Amino acid sequence: MPKVKVDGVELEVPAGATVLQACEMAGKEIPRFCYHERLSIAGNCRMCLVEVKPGPPKPQASCALPAAEGQEIRTDSEMVKKAREGVMEFLLINHPLDCPICDQGGECDLQDQSVAYGRGSSRYHEHKRAVTEKYMGPLIKTVMTRCIQCTRCVRFSEEIAGVDEIGALYRGENMQISTYLEKASTHELSANVIDLCPVGALTSRPYAFEARPWELKKTISIDVSDAIGSNIRVDARGREAMRILPRVNDDVNEEWLSDKGRYMVDGLSKRRLDRPFIRLDGKLKAVSWDEALAAVAKIAPGNSIAAVAGDLVDVETMYAAKKLLSGLGSSVLEGRQTGLAYDTANLAAVNFNSGLAGIESADAILIVGSHVRWEAAVLNARLRKAVKHGAKVFIIGPEWATTYPAEFLGSDASVLNNLPAHVWSALQGAKRPALIIGGAGLAKGALEAGLAISEQLGFVRTLEDGSVWNGFNVLHMAASRMGGLVLGYAQKGGISDVAAAKPKLLLSLGADEVDYTKFADSMIVYVGHHGDKGAHAADVILPASAFTEKVGIYVNTEGRVQFAEKAVFAPGDAREDWAILRAIAQVLNVNVGFDSFDELRSALFAEYPALLVDGGLIDFGPLPTGVSGSAAGEIAYPIKDFYLTNPIARASETLAKCSAELLHGSQPQAEAAE
Amino acid sequence: MLSRGVHPLMADRHIYPDSPELRARWGNFAWTEANAAKAKEIVARYPEGRQRSASMPLLDLAQRQVGAETNTQGWLPIPVMEYVANYLDMPIIRVVEVATFYTMYNLVPVGKFHVQVCGTTPCMLRGSDDLISVCKAKKMPTGGVSEDGLWTFTEVECMGNCSSAPMVQINDDNYEDLTADRFEGILDALARGESPKTGTQEPGRHTVEPAGALSNLHAMVGENHDYRGEW
Repeated sequence: MPKVKVDGVELEVPAGATVLQACEMAGKEIPRFCYHERLSIAGNCRMCLVEVKPGPPKPQASCALPAAEGQEIRTDSEMVKKAREGVMEFLLINHPLDCPICDQGGECDLQDQSVAYGRGSSRYHEHKRAVTEKYMGPLIKTVMTRCIQCTRCVRFSEEIAGVDEIGALYRGENMQISTYLEKASTHELSANVIDLCPVGALTSRPYAFEARPWELKKTISIDVSDAIGSNIRVDARGREAMRILPRVNDDVNEEWLSDKGRYMVDGLSKRRLDRPFIRLDGKLKAVSWDEALAAVAKIAPGNSIAAVAGDLVDVETMYAAKKLLSGLGSSVLEGRQTGLAYDTANLAAVNFNSGLAGIESADAILIVGSHVRWEAAVLNARLRKAVKHGAKVFIIGPEWATTYPAEFLGSDASVLNNLPAHVWSALQGAKRPALIIGGAGLAKGALEAGLAISEQLGFVRTLEDGSVWNGFNVLHMAASRMGGLVLGYAQKGGISDVAAAKPKLLLSLGADEVDYTKFADSMIVYVGHHGDKGAHAADVILPASAFTEKVGIYVNTEGRVQFAEKAVFAPGDAREDWAILRAIAQVLNVNVGFDSFDELRSALFAEYPALLVDGGLIDFGPLPTGVSGSAAGEIAYPIKDFYLTNPIARASETLAKCSAELLHGSQPQAEAAE
Repeated sequence: MLSRGVHPLMADRHIYPDSPELRARWGNFAWTEANAAKAKEIVARYPEGRQRSASMPLLDLAQRQVGAETNTQGWLPIPVMEYVANYLDMPIIRVVEVATFYTMYNLVPVGKFHVQVCGTTPCMLRGSDDLISVCKAKKMPTGGVSEDGLWTFTEVECMGNCSSAPMVQINDDNYEDLTADRFEGILDALARGESPKTGTQEPGRHTVEPAGALSNLHAMVGENHDYRGEW
């Protein structure tokens, strides 16, 4: 623990800290471009220069200098001021003065830091060098003349994404950042380089020239494109959500966001259900709310009612529907739309118990039936970290392109019943062994077999440092899944039980993945926001709110409760889901016990106190013991197209483009001249 | 006009465009038997897990093989870089980074003789402009290949032969102490298929020893001498 002095103030810093970190701990702001907490240290922008004694009598790059005992660091001396001005002047030599037409304007590190640390005016009168644009795919717009060669994007793609596709070509003044032969960047986290870029060289292509940061209203929310629950910020102007950016949460998504979560935002304003419809003679007809609710009342289901929750709905919606059903005397609730029917008696067995952050410290990981890159892109980056720390990864399932060394053991789930000896000994010898069962694994009975292995090898154990390690994990794919399971949205036989019950009224809460042909005899009331599969099958459509348009609670795959705020209002006549369900209760003469959202929440929290804490983990208790069973069958991953997994994404033009170009190989469309 | 001290030719470096024709010509590139053995030997120089370090010598080897096949100094078409990347099991972009960084890797086709004239200050003071004029007179195109396929001319920065300036590097050999006449003689000899003497062209000079008499450090001739006290 070296002691250093920063601007005369002595402080102790952790061993291995850099001078830059020491300065930050002392509360000093150090300007930087290339340095990033989550990337390796490059030390090439030179903006973080400070004066350090003892040492050579010149300013030193603090990001790459280890803090050592007895250092005297100055961040406020004349030398430092001049050094920063000098570096800034060099950086601006080739940087165009096009801030007024640059999308980074207003949230640009270079802009901010040149105001704070640069000289007042320019002394440079020569030509600036220009660099041709590089194509990087449908998501990343490049203006490479603005690039200051910090190489954050290069390091991100190599270190975090694990896909070496961006590089720094040529040298010196002619150095250019490019993908190989200007091919599109294809991995699932690619757009994070836009956030990393400290200047306007890499900006968001779909968002180009759409809005300025200062005219946007920022609302904190939760990503619903997968079950990770990435923390996001929705930037809205007026009634439209303009863009989605990740927020930092080290326990969940660090500061990354999958491309799908980021770019399904334009799907929020397309193909929306903005008025109620009822089906007359096979055709949908727009009607008023009164008529639509009257149509629901006419169904008069009695207790022959069932509810299926979609992948994107919040806990409150599901709770309101549950109350409605129980008021009518039904408890036929289901959320696993595609027919999964794993045992949910003990939710610890279907939880991501090691935690998303915890999996980084695992040293042997067996993945059963999960295409992690597509099912939880952010988690895949964590797995890569674990492998970098020495973890071995084995995967049962069809092969996919991992971003780390991993061994595929075969695509039949039965491999799990009889693991190869080297896999068994790797798991046995590991200090923190982990098992990850994905949806495709759950479909083939991997849950029971996995629990048996976990018990046999003691995946739940107390470590040397006294902490408890639980390496048994289930990775879900739907944002609503864990919340739904907590509320009891699970029948013993899954959705076939719901179909077998032949409900008179099937309440579809944005359920767009259900095979509705099995419900031919039911009247389907669809409460959702997009004209997708559910709406096509519906007899009554009640337009509801998307995740950005309502306050809601989501429980992610590790059982973390997270609250999302409302960013914008739903379009047209659409209402918030809970209010629609309350109105249905009214016309069906059911008392659900709440008249306002606050009352709903109070009732919810009274019944499920674990949901009360924003950011808290639900304690599901110990894993079940004595479980046995065997897995069997060819594993088939449920996601066929990463970019089109939910109704919002399917409505998004951007993601349609991504799907066509990145997954199906169509040629990029030339953009019209701007 | 020189722009801000950066040589204009360096800015001209670019990767030869990828095309079906290029793929058809070079897609089947593979080491010759002799080069395969050499490549194996090169890779073995580096410790296990550090095979990527071999990318530089292997790119050179590949360039020479391309040169042998095309009877030129050789260059690195995209498929050949991909071959090297595959051979070392490393991402192609990392190989391209190396190949584009170092100017001794030719990114576009060159002639049989790649004439690199040093134009940095000592050579310039000793008459490199005359050498460049000779190249121009021989119709060597800058960066491209002359019509007869023999010549590619590049003006380069210091090659570290200042004491025998001006100098020219042609493929692997240096020719120093040049004048326009001597240079022309060398070029003609090369064109005739001869192998002119490399190194200094000054009669009586062997290497970069002082031309004529010693001008300073006289006391060092016989034995080591500490001059520091005399400063």
